[in-house]
Amino acid sequence: MKRTWLASLIILASGLAYAIDAGDAFEDPEMQARYEKISSEVRCLVCQNQTIKDSNAFLAADLKREIRRLLVEGKTDAEIYDFLVARYGDFVLYRPRKSGRTLVLWIAPFLFIAIGGLVAIKVVRGRMTMSTDDDTDPDQAASKS
Amino acid sequence: MTRYLAPLIIVAVMIPVFIIGLSLDPTAVPSPLINKAAPQFELPTLKDPGRTVGSANYDGQVALVNVWATWCGGCRQEHDYLMKLAAENDIPIYGLNWRDRRDPALVWLQQLGDPYVASAYDEDGRVGIDWGVYGAPETFLIDKDGVILHKHISPLTEKIWQRDFLPKVLAAKGTSE
Repeated sequence: MKRTWLASLIILASGLAYAIDAGDAFEDPEMQARYEKISSEVRCLVCQNQTIKDSNAFLAADLKREIRRLLVEGKTDAEIYDFLVARYGDFVLYRPRKSGRTLVLWIAPFLFIAIGGLVAIKVVRGRMTMSTDDDTDPDQAASKS
Repeated sequence: MTRYLAPLIIVAVMIPVFIIGLSLDPTAVPSPLINKAAPQFELPTLKDPGRTVGSANYDGQVALVNVWATWCGGCRQEHDYLMKLAAENDIPIYGLNWRDRRDPALVWLQQLGDPYVASAYDEDGRVGIDWGVYGAPETFLIDKDGVILHKHISPLTEKIWQRDFLPKVLAAKGTSE
């Protein structure tokens, strides 16, 4: 059993070894780290559910080459993200900017949780009062049976 | 009564939301370049590496910039329509041959016809990135001031031309023509 687990773990982990990158690593580890960070934040638009870091589509390769070039030119991370957003729009970033247009994306999950929470509280309260009351509600009768 | 009405209202709201949401094409990403100045470029022409073509060529004109490549199936699909468009309409079409190889691209134009005033040869896709190109074929409509009025991703057809391009083309050309 243990061996099976180990074997499957190794097989799963081997996927990580397929990291695709045509260019050489930067000599400066800090630059390399920034490069990897940025390329894992950018969506590959041809294969929309992959980052460009994980993708071997040629557009991803082109964008990685551009990111390298901009890093070498001494651009900041923010400037590189600006470069990409100016060309491909907010959708290119996995974590879209908190701007007016994308605000709804950031607020909506919390809003839905709040709505869901309120509904849940209401339902639970309703049940609590119903179970103490003498009930004539057919739904309630059905749920008891 | 409200306990039966509330779910009904919720469903009544959700259905149109889903119908609209699900009929959208998730691969069509709106370009931030619409209504902005088209990126300037200058590249060697496909036919003659010694000559260049670029945004200066269509300066002051209403023009189309069509991104194509020989490896792109949709480009083959729209090619016949581009030929028709070039023959029937008074609008120059500039090609951006994107991440392609010169020889097959030249054969393509020879065999299928050349609807382009000229094609720029963007071998490494640098200009493509400036234009936010991510999937050929893409067609941009540029006005006289070099502003991108419209971008269409996927093969161009008569229907799309009539519906999305022609009204904008006529408006951009104004009454002077």
